[in-house]
Amino acid sequence: MSAEPTPAIEVRGLSCSYEDVPVLENVSFCVRPAEIFFIIGGSGCGKTTLLRNLVGLEKPTQGKVLFKGRSFTDADPAERREMLRTFGMLFQSGALWTSLTLSENIGLPLEEYTDLPGDEIREIAAFKLGQVGLSGFEQHYPSEISGGMQKRAGLARALALDPGIVFFDEPSAGLDPVTARNLDVLITQVRDTFGTTIVVVSHDVDSIFGIADRVIMLDRSKRGVIAEGTPTELARAGANPKAVEFLTRRSVRPV
Amino acid sequence: MPETLELAPARATARAAEGSLQVDIGGSWRLQDPSPRWHALLGPEKPASVRLASPEVGSWDTSLVVFVGEALVWSRESGIPCDVSALPDKLVGLARQFEGSMQSTERIAHAQSLVVDVGISTRHALRQARGFLQFVGECWIDSTRFVLGKARFRWGDCLLEMQKCGAMALPIVSLISFLVGVTLAYSGSIVLKRFGGEIWVADLIGVAMTREMGALMAAVVLSGRTGAAFAAEIGSMKANEEIDALSVLGISSVRFLVLPRVLALGLMMPLLAMYANCLGILGGMAVAFGTLDIPPAAYWVEMLTIVDMSDVTVGMIKAVAFGLIVGLSGCLRGLQAERNASGVGRAATSAVVTAILLIIVADAVFAVLFHALGL
Ligand SMILES: Nc1ncnc2c1ncn2[C@@H]1O[C@H](COP(=O)(O)OP(=O)(O)O)[C@@H](O)[C@H]1O
Ligand SMILES: [Mg+2]
Repeated sequence: MSAEPTPAIEVRGLSCSYEDVPVLENVSFCVRPAEIFFIIGGSGCGKTTLLRNLVGLEKPTQGKVLFKGRSFTDADPAERREMLRTFGMLFQSGALWTSLTLSENIGLPLEEYTDLPGDEIREIAAFKLGQVGLSGFEQHYPSEISGGMQKRAGLARALALDPGIVFFDEPSAGLDPVTARNLDVLITQVRDTFGTTIVVVSHDVDSIFGIADRVIMLDRSKRGVIAEGTPTELARAGANPKAVEFLTRRSVRPV
Repeated sequence: MPETLELAPARATARAAEGSLQVDIGGSWRLQDPSPRWHALLGPEKPASVRLASPEVGSWDTSLVVFVGEALVWSRESGIPCDVSALPDKLVGLARQFEGSMQSTERIAHAQSLVVDVGISTRHALRQARGFLQFVGECWIDSTRFVLGKARFRWGDCLLEMQKCGAMALPIVSLISFLVGVTLAYSGSIVLKRFGGEIWVADLIGVAMTREMGALMAAVVLSGRTGAAFAAEIGSMKANEEIDALSVLGISSVRFLVLPRVLALGLMMPLLAMYANCLGILGGMAVAFGTLDIPPAAYWVEMLTIVDMSDVTVGMIKAVAFGLIVGLSGCLRGLQAERNASGVGRAATSAVVTAILLIIVADAVFAVLFHALGL
């Protein structure tokens, strides 16, 4: 591994805080192109916070985020918008725009970034909805479909602009096991088809072992990364005890 | 366990034995009944060691755990050994957990000294002011981008909002402004009757409605009806991460959500104010005809002797400004809302308060301004 390709995402010494309360300190890691990268850790350890800092929803107090070697943190607004175009994000709640139909939800990014005519946008929206198994729901409003369907529609929206990187915040939270596995299959398909880099925040152990290429584990008391590697590496005895405990769902420390 | 123990009240007795303190716990301990506290039990002098025993304790719950736990915390802090080996294991285990939780509770200061509070409030106020200026700046930048043709404007949304804030507000605006006209006519006629000049009611109402009340009433109605709705809509979009979803796409929430709404209000408010003027004048006319015996034609002619285009213009300028104020404060409060359900409610409330406050202030500024301009 002498000639490492430029990482798709490089995080250097990132620190995040809310008001004056630090959540993460000096976090550094790299995500390789076309990798399914998982960020795991217990509740409240700062996974969502890290994700929000990566996509620029919060401003890091220190450190940098680089995408394909270009700094996102210091980018000027035009450059930033151009980089945002290449991101897709699936929020924990789906975050569909409630006043728009599913078709309009998926069409909006296309309307914003392309000059395609309306009928073509509608066709693309229907196609993307079909990809996530929601054909026929184009004219439904988000409130008229179930939580799992909202997540899938959110995924279709995240994929609308054929992004280079897709971020997922707890995709399987609140879904039944079957739907959650289907979502995993979809994620893998996207990666395999388009070579998309995928960053997933999750604490679903089945997903981690099912689809993750590499994993970092955050810890609340350390305010940073405590383990990094493939899921099997982290679950092996001798790795960080907290990671082993998390991944094997077995307590290795005295309670 | 004997029946009497179950019913006996919780008690803890301390007796000194060779420098050490022996505490006997007894009775049944229940959270809903009064029970002894550890610190009340201790005398003024410090014992060398403490020993807890429970020779005749009945049923117990968390209240006893707290008692023993406090003893353990006290023992750790004062360095005096505390022997709990005579207590049931289950109880000691829970008490140790209690002690642990006392140790690990991070103290989040919610109430502090006056100086700290003043500091925090000042910082909060400064941040609010900065947020407001930033918001107005963003609106300005985005609207110039739109005027220069660099950004798309969501006309569809704007039309929909115009319908919601304009056409659908007609019934309530009609009712309120008609009644304002009626009220003004009654109270005006009390004074004017003394001079035998009931006919001047027409002048009074004409000027008051066109210059002041039309725009003011429309603005007050819309701040409660539309401003609050904007804040609630945008606030719940924020709680639902919908605003974040826009930001991640690089779509400015100001352009997408704020401008169509503010423009809709800026356009509809003068129309509504004009409509309110008419209804107010009609209300005055009705009172004049019904109680003062002034025929509508005479009322109308008398009114036109004083009301001219400048009065109407003044009212319309105010209406546009009030519309922008209502729209901007509704959207600002929505965007500032906390990400939870109660945040949405607070956003709606504060949108109305902010809007009405700013409307009254703006009205006063306009009064001075128009006076200086001689309008
Ligand atoms: N908006 C916020 N304001 C202040 N503190 C926050 C906010 N959001 C999250 N936090 C705090 O930051 C920490 C990390 O939260 P989060 O990133 O949501 O955790 P996770 O997603 O790993 O469960 C938590 O301790 C939480 O209390
Ligand atoms: Mg989270």
